[in-house]
Amino acid sequence: MRLRAARRRKQTIFRRVVVGLTSVFFALPLLGMVEFTTRAPGGGRTLQTYATLFDFNVIDADYPELKTGILASAGLVLLTVAIMLVMLVPTMTWVRLRLPGMRRTVEFICLLPLTIPAIVLVVGLAPIYAWVAYFLGESSLWLAFAYVVLVLPYAYRALDAGLSAIDVKTLAEAARSLGAGWPTVMWRIILPNVRTAVLSASFLSVALVLGEFTIANLFSRDNLQVAINQLGKRDSSLATAAALAALVLAFIVLFGMSFVGARRHSRQPEEN
Amino acid sequence: MAKSPSTRASTGHKPVGALLGVLPFFAYTAIFLAIPTLIVVVGAFLDGNSRPTLGNLSALTQPQIVSAFIHSVVLSAVTAVLGAVFGALLAYAVSTAREGGALRRTMTSVCGVLAQFGGVTLAFAFMATVGSEGFLTHWLKNVGMDLAGTWLYEPDKGLVLVYTYFQIPLMLIVFLPAVEGLRPQWREAAESLGGSTWDYWRHVGGPILAPPFIGAMLLLFTNAFSAYATAAALISQGSPIIPLQIGGTLSSEVILGQENIGKAMAMGMVVIVAVVMTLYAVLERRTTRWLGR
Repeated sequence: MRLRAARRRKQTIFRRVVVGLTSVFFALPLLGMVEFTTRAPGGGRTLQTYATLFDFNVIDADYPELKTGILASAGLVLLTVAIMLVMLVPTMTWVRLRLPGMRRTVEFICLLPLTIPAIVLVVGLAPIYAWVAYFLGESSLWLAFAYVVLVLPYAYRALDAGLSAIDVKTLAEAARSLGAGWPTVMWRIILPNVRTAVLSASFLSVALVLGEFTIANLFSRDNLQVAINQLGKRDSSLATAAALAALVLAFIVLFGMSFVGARRHSRQPEEN
Repeated sequence: MAKSPSTRASTGHKPVGALLGVLPFFAYTAIFLAIPTLIVVVGAFLDGNSRPTLGNLSALTQPQIVSAFIHSVVLSAVTAVLGAVFGALLAYAVSTAREGGALRRTMTSVCGVLAQFGGVTLAFAFMATVGSEGFLTHWLKNVGMDLAGTWLYEPDKGLVLVYTYFQIPLMLIVFLPAVEGLRPQWREAAESLGGSTWDYWRHVGGPILAPPFIGAMLLLFTNAFSAYATAAALISQGSPIIPLQIGGTLSSEVILGQENIGKAMAMGMVVIVAVVMTLYAVLERRTTRWLGR
């Protein structure tokens, strides 16, 4: 017993030292951003940079590239999440119901982007995007097609966990036997039952799209990160503030996800 | 198992109609995933006039490409080891905290976000901290240390620091489940037999955690090896690592035929990642056997 108590004490000291040191290392660059963006010209502190960043009229007039980037990223978030959900949820449900033999294949395809670096994908996508530009125009919005591929592994895992937690087959058969068509089964039976999984797949996609730089930069399209990078060459303080704001937004989105996940557990009893 | 007859019955029912349901998915992934991959693999063996050639592969022996590959592999290996060691220490420290407690929950959430934290934001964060105008630079100058210079923008110094910043949190997320798999009973058994802390780690903890540790390190390697955005935002002069070299061949001012050298480099990356991921899969199978996850 004494041995164990001594070990406990040592473990506590070890934990405090390690967690303390890593926290300092993790916090320093973030502090650096806050410090850098609140410098006043003559020394001292000011929030002027943030006042500028959140003043839409000033951004609109003086920093058009930032405005373009924000709007492009907002559109990309919506389109990526929409394509991802419309494609994955029915496909994964359908495979579970009618083609269980194909589950491994679909899983393999969905996890494949994890092993292909984004930069490699860009090389292969270049000719595809020449066609996309030919048929649909040069808009930055079409980057969403590539972003769906980037979010596939994360979205697949989230949705797979959700679909595994419910009895898709019984639910679908019950609905069908009561005369529901396939669209009704998807929209009114499956979707409400996997809404937590749908939400976490969407949140992960949002966070990933907000932080994407590689593809947009190399195809010379606009998005938030490309705009921030360009802005860095001319107003590094404002660019750093915008980067920090985007990071905080992604942080909130991902924290919101853990909140949604937790809420489902506490509400489960009343649902049943 | 018991379900299989009914499953078979319903799949054998209308196979063509059932296959139509997954057609959109396969069409989409063919266009935006399979064909791009094929373009890279096939393009690596084609010259500017689409004739088969091995010229692109021999172009990989150009000194700047060789040095970029070496830089990339060394950078990824060093940051994988650093991230793995510090991340594993952190994971163990966190695992000694109360299960479901505030420390454990906060650390996993924070690391979940920091592991994704890369690219432009991370580059700016480090410039604002240890760049020439950074607050730590100013502060250390006052106590006599000079951080000034271009070290932050060099692949063997600054990039190591910046990459380690996202490797440690990733290690925590990947490795924490393995550390949590260590049962307290094993420790107690070792102690009741008179074993010291060293004996426990040497004969019990160490051997059990070795496969997941190395596996996690391989994952960290591919993570650093694939990263483009952070280096691109940080480095504006030259292309010292392979993702930047590939990016260079995509920009407008390239000589004709250079494009396919980019594909050859991309294929080189895929080969390296594939080798590492295969090793990872093998280790993962061993881990599952030992820790019974």
